[in-house]
Amino acid sequence: MIGAQGFKGKSIQASLLAKSFGSIHALREVNLEVGAGEKVAIFGPNGSGKTTLIKVMATIMRPSSGRLHIAGMNPGENGHDVRRLIGVVSHNTYLYDDLAVEENLAFYGRMYGVENVKARITNGLRRVGLERRSRDRVRTLSRGMQQRLSIARATLHEPPILLLDEPDTGLDEAGQAQLWEMLTSGYADEPTVVMTTHNLKLGMSLCSRWTVLVDGEIVSEVAKENSSSESFQALYRRYAGAGT
Amino acid sequence: MRAFRRSIDVTPGLGRSFVAMGDGLTAAISISRAAVGPPSFFRQVGAILWKDLAVELRTKDILSSMLVFGLIVLVIFNFAFELRGENLILVAPGVLWVAFVFAGILGLGRSMAQEKERSSMEGLLLCPVDRGAIFVAKMLGNLIFIVILEAITLPIFAAFFNLPVLTPGVGLIVVLGTLGFASVGTLFAAIAINTRAREVMLPILLFPIIVPVIIASVKATAFVLDGKPWAEIWPWVNLLIAFDVIFLAVCFVTFEYVIGE
Repeated sequence: MIGAQGFKGKSIQASLLAKSFGSIHALREVNLEVGAGEKVAIFGPNGSGKTTLIKVMATIMRPSSGRLHIAGMNPGENGHDVRRLIGVVSHNTYLYDDLAVEENLAFYGRMYGVENVKARITNGLRRVGLERRSRDRVRTLSRGMQQRLSIARATLHEPPILLLDEPDTGLDEAGQAQLWEMLTSGYADEPTVVMTTHNLKLGMSLCSRWTVLVDGEIVSEVAKENSSSESFQALYRRYAGAGT
Repeated sequence: MRAFRRSIDVTPGLGRSFVAMGDGLTAAISISRAAVGPPSFFRQVGAILWKDLAVELRTKDILSSMLVFGLIVLVIFNFAFELRGENLILVAPGVLWVAFVFAGILGLGRSMAQEKERSSMEGLLLCPVDRGAIFVAKMLGNLIFIVILEAITLPIFAAFFNLPVLTPGVGLIVVLGTLGFASVGTLFAAIAINTRAREVMLPILLFPIIVPVIIASVKATAFVLDGKPWAEIWPWVNLLIAFDVIFLAVCFVTFEYVIGE
């Protein structure tokens, strides 16, 4: 079992978060609070700012303005500590094609200072169904397999916060069905999850809170228990249509 | 509370952060068992360097392109000029360093491009790693690749031009010159990689900065080959040492801002 996570409080607090690239405003005054163990899906059309929001929360990008706290810490001041709490699965796999599957994980294990890295690599590969390919180079894997490996990479250090940017990229139907298990099966306590996706069905089934981001603004937030999937889909299509 | 105490025990940095947060702290955290504490600067440098060397050992992308280019430069100069006597001592060191620098630039660009191609630099930035460690590792990797190029090129240069370059004096100058070139080159390769015409931008950005290194290296190499006393050579060697120290420090400090976004 992957071990003892457990925030009691806000894992992520973003207030008036903005990010601009020259004259392009990718994020406009985004307010988002995610509690410990909460699962939030962020939906939005292309160019709505989903990836930018994930990158800002993952500390890859600095916000232009606004405040961000991860587990009560300011990433600008406690970057190392914040990064140790985060795992990111993205449409970019962050893998090295010419290293073997297990070598990629060993490399990231060293970067995070993971203890018992060999055992964790074995467990991780078993979890994502790649134990038989552990010695193969990443370039010989299919896109879906690389995405599975990327999930093992992101969860190797057992981060209590998972930021998922289109995590189902390249996964077949079976892979999508197993996605949640691959991500969270080793956790003793539920991790906090923020997930962006175009796949409404997937996002709604996995997350308890549904958020719509359009043109860098959160235009709607709905709790799963307060909405039916049909009415949310209708709502989303209205916003997504307006944003495209 | 037990879990929180454990988090302090296993992750000193995180614990300090929480204590510092005071009453603003709303979360009680127990951090994962997997990460037992930030790995040391040198362990992270070692991990990145190991990764770069392992990838290069398998692909030979950087070394093969640098070697072929370096050898072509030597062959062209060897046949293009009839170098004899005093003329040889004046021109040959320049030929040698042109081969090193032009071939080295290919390697610098390629080593950073590999990180860009699969966004693996983002993967590195996601890790709790000191940005300076990324610089040191990439710089050491580049230094090793260029030194390998030089180790292969120097005997061929000696054979082509019939000059005694396989001496400790030339070796010292080559190492010092290469260190300065690799440190500035690593920084500028990281800058150029984010530009559109990165292959063109790297030499344009890099050459003006490394002019002192090239001039000092060529002059010192020429003096050593000419058998001049070390009293005349030292000023150039001192210039190389000063350049290396200053630019290593500057590049180490500024790298964070270069790769930030």
